[in-house]
Amino acid sequence: MARNKNKPELAVVRPAAPIVPRDTVTSRALLTVIAIMTFVAALIVGAVSLVRDNVISWRNDMARELTIQVRPIDGRDLAGEIGKAIDVARRTVGVIDARAMTRDETGQLLEPWLGAGLDFSVLPLPRLIAVRLSATAEPDLTALRQALSEQVAGASLDDHRTWSARLAAVSDVIVFAGFALLGLVITATVLSVSFATRGAVSANRSIVEVLHLVGARDDLIASTFQRHFFAVGVQGGLVGGAAAALLFVLGALLPSLLAGIPGGGQAALLTGQFALDREGYVGIAGIVALVALVTAVASRLTVRRTLREID
Amino acid sequence: MVRFENVGLRYGMGPEVLKDVSFDIKPNSFQFLTGPSGAGKTSLLRLLFLSLRPTRGLVNLFGYDVSGLRSDEVAVLRRRIGLVFQDFRLLDHLTTYENVSLPLRVQGRPEPTYRSHVIELLHWVGLGDRIHVLPPVLSGGEKQRTAIARALIARPELLLADEPTGNVDPPLARRLLRLFVELHKSGTSVVLATHDAGLMDQYDGRRLILADGRLHEQRPGGPKRN
Repeated sequence: MARNKNKPELAVVRPAAPIVPRDTVTSRALLTVIAIMTFVAALIVGAVSLVRDNVISWRNDMARELTIQVRPIDGRDLAGEIGKAIDVARRTVGVIDARAMTRDETGQLLEPWLGAGLDFSVLPLPRLIAVRLSATAEPDLTALRQALSEQVAGASLDDHRTWSARLAAVSDVIVFAGFALLGLVITATVLSVSFATRGAVSANRSIVEVLHLVGARDDLIASTFQRHFFAVGVQGGLVGGAAAALLFVLGALLPSLLAGIPGGGQAALLTGQFALDREGYVGIAGIVALVALVTAVASRLTVRRTLREID
Repeated sequence: MVRFENVGLRYGMGPEVLKDVSFDIKPNSFQFLTGPSGAGKTSLLRLLFLSLRPTRGLVNLFGYDVSGLRSDEVAVLRRRIGLVFQDFRLLDHLTTYENVSLPLRVQGRPEPTYRSHVIELLHWVGLGDRIHVLPPVLSGGEKQRTAIARALIARPELLLADEPTGNVDPPLARRLLRLFVELHKSGTSVVLATHDAGLMDQYDGRRLILADGRLHEQRPGGPKRN
């Protein structure tokens, strides 16, 4: 060809720009959508994880506590009966500790119903013994109940079974509702990210066409777009996921931050519940991975469909 | 190189836009493809570029019957064909150099292996000083020469041009035609689709004339049609 006659000097060229442009309006819009949806989904994941952990914790606490009630009986020394009940309880396998509640503590329990300022010493109130059970060894409650009835006058054992069963039912409903909500939010996230990605790929249809026309294999075109949109998905997912994780970290730190403030103790009781465990953070990371995967797959499928339309 | 035998094409359930089209394109040949708007020039070019499959008849390209080709085989075969559009189809975020080198880049060739070749070609089409420029800054003629360079960079055996002079003024159209003729003389077969009779009169090439979906042929040196 004639073009070989005068060979021009080599020019310095910039490193090749990416075939799919990175900083476009559609890319930024997609990144924002992904970040927001990941943030919302990660918050729900964390919230469901917290609710589940707390419900399990309540149930375990409930299952690890018993109450022995000793009613005052005329002619019997109440303090002596309480001491015997504590001995019986402590001798039982699986019991960690048994402690008699003071008269004042018992009075505080009744305050919501009877009001403050009453002299409870004149009332024949039963005394309560709080029994803590081991999380590992299963105590023989039948034997304990029998021993108490044989050895302690006026003693009865309350294993909270009715209350615990109700709480279990309620907690199961709460956890189920949480997971159902999580499923809905994840579905919404997948759909919105998927449609936003399709829109962003469609905005780049001219690039798909040109690549197709210059002889690029379909797989190469699909992979090029998939890599680009996977990176967008990871980036947006990390922004949203990190924001949600940061919120939970702050929630976990709040009790110590509030400790020195007047009234902070009360608030810390609430905020302390926002400390997310490792599984919660893994769940948030899972959402980020899912979003990035959905973005990549949606872009690949959209490019494939575009190529089919071109031909 | 290319052989069409009784090719028919229809879109969906519509009427046939190409009817019993038969012709061949020989290596190192030059032909105009002409006809009124809507005669089927672009459809015929798309058949040649394997963007469409015929509804009936035989299309043989470089010895392959295109009806049995898989999509990856089509992509490989397409690399032997250069394509130039009236609307250029350049990527606005890539420089002139990057647009022209795109066909080699998608073949997976390392950049240093083709840099000198691309720059040499850009000088040849008169864009040696526009290497780093993005398409929105280029004039219509520069964009078209960039598109032509992109179509040529992989040294195609067949160059298809769809109204390449449609968006440029007559002097530039004549210059572009000289470029296509020079390409033909250097060994590339050229199919130049145009309805510009004035342009065709400037070079005595074979004319494939489409009218009502049927193809007629006019050999070089034959009587001219207006």
